[in-house]
Amino acid sequence: MPDMKDKYEQLNQVIAELKDQPGALMPVLQRAQGIFGCVPMDVQKIIAEGLGVTLSEVYGVATFYSQFRLEPNGKYTISVCLGTACYVKGSQKVLDRLSEELQTPVGKTSPDGLFTLNATRCLGACGLAPVMTINDEVYGRLVPDDIPGILAKYREKEQA
Amino acid sequence: MDIYRAHVLCCGGTGCSSSGSAQLIERFEEKIKENGLDKEVKVIRTGCFGLCEAGPVVIVYPEGTFYSRVKVDDVDEIVTEHLLKGRKVQHLVYSDHATHEQNANKGLAEINFYKHQHRIALRNCGVIDPENIDEYLAFDGYKALEKALTSMTREQVIDEILKSGLRGRGGGGFPTGLKWKFAAASVADQKYVACNADEGDPGAFMDRSVLEGDPHAVLEAMAIAGYAIGASEGYIYVRAEYPIAVKRLEIAIGQAREYGLLGKNIFETGFDFDIKIRLGAGAFVCGEETALMRSIEGKRGEPTPRPPFPAVKGLFAKPTMLNNVETYANVAQIILHGADWFAAMGTEKSKGTKVFALGGKINNTGLVEVPMGTPLRTIIYDIGGGIPNGKKFKAVQTGGPSGGCLPAELLDTPVDYDNLIAAGSMMGSGGMIVMDEDNCMVDIARFFLDFTVDESCGKCAPCRIGTRRMLEILERIVNGKGEEGDIEKLENLAKTIKATALCGLGQTAPNPVLSTIKFFRHEYEAHIRDKKCPAHHCQALLNYVIDPEKCRGCTACARVCPGGAISGEVKKPHSIDPSKCLKCGACMEKCRFGAISKV
Repeated sequence: MPDMKDKYEQLNQVIAELKDQPGALMPVLQRAQGIFGCVPMDVQKIIAEGLGVTLSEVYGVATFYSQFRLEPNGKYTISVCLGTACYVKGSQKVLDRLSEELQTPVGKTSPDGLFTLNATRCLGACGLAPVMTINDEVYGRLVPDDIPGILAKYREKEQA
Repeated sequence: MDIYRAHVLCCGGTGCSSSGSAQLIERFEEKIKENGLDKEVKVIRTGCFGLCEAGPVVIVYPEGTFYSRVKVDDVDEIVTEHLLKGRKVQHLVYSDHATHEQNANKGLAEINFYKHQHRIALRNCGVIDPENIDEYLAFDGYKALEKALTSMTREQVIDEILKSGLRGRGGGGFPTGLKWKFAAASVADQKYVACNADEGDPGAFMDRSVLEGDPHAVLEAMAIAGYAIGASEGYIYVRAEYPIAVKRLEIAIGQAREYGLLGKNIFETGFDFDIKIRLGAGAFVCGEETALMRSIEGKRGEPTPRPPFPAVKGLFAKPTMLNNVETYANVAQIILHGADWFAAMGTEKSKGTKVFALGGKINNTGLVEVPMGTPLRTIIYDIGGGIPNGKKFKAVQTGGPSGGCLPAELLDTPVDYDNLIAAGSMMGSGGMIVMDEDNCMVDIARFFLDFTVDESCGKCAPCRIGTRRMLEILERIVNGKGEEGDIEKLENLAKTIKATALCGLGQTAPNPVLSTIKFFRHEYEAHIRDKKCPAHHCQALLNYVIDPEKCRGCTACARVCPGGAISGEVKKPHSIDPSKCLKCGACMEKCRFGAISKV
């Protein structure tokens, strides 16, 4: 695939650009995830070789931080805020409803590969509690009954 | 500089951006141009105004008219009525929760939410355009840095901070001046100044608002700190979850370099200082100072034992001085106005002001900055506007996962570092979540332990294993399987974890449990002994019942019940079979006669 080759090219450029600055591993992983959407093992191997660190060190960092993914997300990532302000206003029920509607446990991707369902830490939009985001779109002051309508919007878009 | 007759300030903070302020700004600019007002009226995207509840917020100056929850469709009316004809749009003006007063002639300072506040750290938030360094400069920006560099010795700068009584706003409350003094005393070829912007406490968002609304205040303070301790490099470690803050910091750093306020030979004094940004990647423990430094080094964010303290051996094994965003936001003001000015505010041991993020069951969700020593009651009722829907106040949670829940009896506590600790909670970074009668305190304790278990880095056994055992006991209790002796077991585990965990995360993790046991022991006992949840929150411990007196037999509940648990004849009282009931509450929402209740 030509575009994959292009991505590896980009990764090597990032490594070359950052490898001499102290503490380069995290920024390289972040940029790599920006390029590939996740940081699978083969990408980690290239980073380890490029930066001259062991693969276990790269893997250790990639799995320590919750933002690094080893597998790709669905097309739409749903993040339901479980910060305190959202929790006391019922965000758990919103999350449960999503899990039910999508037939997908929290942290996983729906069978059709369309949605990844995540519970997330405080998004800082406490004034809109309870809050969720679908990619960059923010939905606030939610009740569980809002969920089917919101999901339908995305499903329709996919069918169109 | 161009002079405009009116300014439209639109909040561009995360809260208001999430409710569509970017589209508002676009529309304003479009409409203003359409009406030929673009030479007379200027639209400015500011940082957070604080009153997130009312977002998106728009303020029109010179009148200071405060419009709330503005929609794109409202823009035309504001432009044609207010900006063109000078008539305020009454129905869009903010209405005070407490007084229900909607008065277009009331300025910002007269609104209850703002009346009791005193803004130092937030002084420029919602006032200036954070992406324009000239606006910061117009508000005395970088004057403190100039003063420090050109007229003060390093010792004088440190002394001023020390005398001001400023304490770390990230939660620990360690005297900032002492930290600077220790770092200044270390001898090394390279030292670092670092800024902790890894705001992880759920429900706290003051650091983000400062970064989004006034990024230069942090840069200026870091440069002053660099001069004071003898460092030429700074790092800001900011959460990747705050994209707007990161972008504005990048812009601010670029502009400061361009103006020669960062870089080489600042103010031609021979002082060099520059700042780099590092992004977090979603690990709460990285708010702990040693873990944060490991993360900047590109490693797993695990804390290391102290000593050696960062002031001796920190980032890249060099002396490092780390302060929190809000702490830095006070520094330039202290240098400009003097330590005595700052120390005149607050209580004996806690000086100045503190920003709190009010959230949860409260009318005015948002950011408030009040002098230290302001009673909880003033913050929650006078500024926060009290509890919505006529519910009863139950507790206020301060200090996030490290803090505790305080009951109504303690509402008159003046808020400062020491009083909160004495009351069984802590300041933390300033999250303040209000809970009402519907919130179960055992479940809240479980919620926080669930958080800590998830975020424990796993390095030390007391935190890794101990918090998990506590969570298991709490889960048992909320599921109706609590046993006699569970409370004592929790207390015992809590004591051990507090005494033996490696870092602040573990040492404070049991606090939410201990404080809820202290003030709401009866709720724990009701769960364990009577198998009842007094707040009717824990699903395993509640039943839905139909009051036969009120039930009209309309069958609405039976039709909506997904489990087929409701039976009865038409026009006769229905009943719920508890063995089939899924406790989803759908019946209760459907009933028009208020016949269904939780017991």
